[in-house]
Amino acid sequence: MSTAVTRRGAVRESLLSRSAAMLVMLICAFYFLVPIWWLFVASTKDRSQFTTTNPLWFGDFNLFENIGTLATYRDGVFFRWMLNSVLYAGAGALLATLFATMAGYAIAKYAFRGREAAFNIILGGVLVPATALALPLFLLFSQIGATNTFWSVFLPSLVSPFGVYLSRIYATASVPDELLEAARLDGAGEVRTFFTVATRLMAPAMVTMFLFQFVSIWNNFFLPLIMLRDEDLFPVTMGLYVWNTQVSQIPEIRAYVIVGALLSIIPLIIAFLGLQRFWRNGLGAGGLK
Amino acid sequence: MTAETKARRRRGIRHPVALAVFLGPFTILFALFYAVPIGYAVYQSLLTVEREGTFGKATQVFGGLTQYVQVFQNEAFWSAVLRVLTFGIVQVPIMLGVALLLALLLDSPLVKGKKFFRLAFFAPYAVPGVIAAIMWGFLYSPKLSPFTAITGQVDFLGADLILWAIANVVTWVYVGYNMLIIYSALLSIPADIYEAARLDGASQARIAWSIKIPLVRPAITLTAIFSIIGTLQLLAEPQVFKSFSSAVTSTFTPNLAIYSTAAVPNVNLAAAFSVVLALFTFALSFGVLKYTQRKDNA
Repeated sequence: MSTAVTRRGAVRESLLSRSAAMLVMLICAFYFLVPIWWLFVASTKDRSQFTTTNPLWFGDFNLFENIGTLATYRDGVFFRWMLNSVLYAGAGALLATLFATMAGYAIAKYAFRGREAAFNIILGGVLVPATALALPLFLLFSQIGATNTFWSVFLPSLVSPFGVYLSRIYATASVPDELLEAARLDGAGEVRTFFTVATRLMAPAMVTMFLFQFVSIWNNFFLPLIMLRDEDLFPVTMGLYVWNTQVSQIPEIRAYVIVGALLSIIPLIIAFLGLQRFWRNGLGAGGLK
Repeated sequence: MTAETKARRRRGIRHPVALAVFLGPFTILFALFYAVPIGYAVYQSLLTVEREGTFGKATQVFGGLTQYVQVFQNEAFWSAVLRVLTFGIVQVPIMLGVALLLALLLDSPLVKGKKFFRLAFFAPYAVPGVIAAIMWGFLYSPKLSPFTAITGQVDFLGADLILWAIANVVTWVYVGYNMLIIYSALLSIPADIYEAARLDGASQARIAWSIKIPLVRPAITLTAIFSIIGTLQLLAEPQVFKSFSSAVTSTFTPNLAIYSTAAVPNVNLAAAFSVVLALFTFALSFGVLKYTQRKDNA
């Protein structure tokens, strides 16, 4: 009898709730995807068709011609910006991940005085947003005459307090002390043990850290805005921002902004899709604690 | 002293070399690019510029809390703070509500095609704030938008709606990210917890409300804190919207006020703004953390 009640309940639910749930999902999918779809479609049109054809459907497919003109506009400065962004975000996130993993691992696996105090200071750092540091960093770098340099944007992005937090939690949960003891008994040094044993176990957390640091550097706007004057040092977001402010004076630049915007999000989409199975697991570790 | 007690007493620095290797790089960078700048901003905020006559040489002298008096008297700054607080009170609950709803739906047996939806909702997170703002600037445009039927009638870029037009951009970018944090927390709940409730004939909505939401409270708190921080720090989206709308002033958000003050240049006042904003942000996110922890323990 009790199963009959349960089954009737389940059936009633699936009839009503399922369609409502799917409706919510479809509306949201539309909301999230339409702007990206619009950007893609707009990137494929030449200037005349941009205003005369349906904004959500293709005219003549000119995407590659548009990319070609973008590549030659002002000596291809756009692709220089892309390269800069890849360098700032790629190398920056790689080093930030390494440093944060080592620090978090040390805090998780070694007893030393002031360990909790150090961790709490770093946790405080998680609550200090990157934008709040931009002006102080600018003042400091201008003291030593180092604003408007590659390093003024690159070096500050090597610090990831959230990475240390994530790495500590993950190391505590997934690197067994017995394994480290065994490595010690085998005569492996501490640093070697970290690189050969611990990093392997911590790989999912490291991929998560890398991705999120990559995104936060790629998206960081205040620091380059306040630090950089020289166009050749701009990351792509900064470059497109400057172009966008010039649209009213130079109308043809609008097409470059649109194609450039599309190209600038492709690396992030590839990184997220390619590393999906890693970060899905790693993210839970940070969210649960 | 025997070797053993010696070893025990020195336990604090077992493996000193390894510890230095592991902690050294992060500590040095954290000190140089977090601690020192914060200290330097505080120092700069305590200085004030004096001039000998109108065109005389400017010198920085210690001014005590002069800049902070200026901060508290600066109406533009506080109306910017009030503006982002208004923004946050409306936008953060909507964004997190939608994120929670979508996470629960993804976690329920009610929907099909979960993989597609998860990616579709998360995709905007790959769009940098600047780019998202540029895109939406076109979508709001009364002439170029695909939705001119709406944007021709409603002026999204006018003074009345611009704040909410920006709120929509922020929501669009971050719902998926927050959804994913909550969804990961939901995935780590063992399924057998739901068994009893299912056997009693509880609906999915009931299970979500009584079991799932309480269990993912910590994840929701985390997303709330990050969202509050993000709201107070709004910069990229309004800065971009300045090109589309004259309603965005140079002191529209606290960070825009800091940027335009530093550009004057009045770095001492800008530094004081930064310190006040950072303390305010810290206090607010700490308050949320404590408040939710107290509720959890009660």
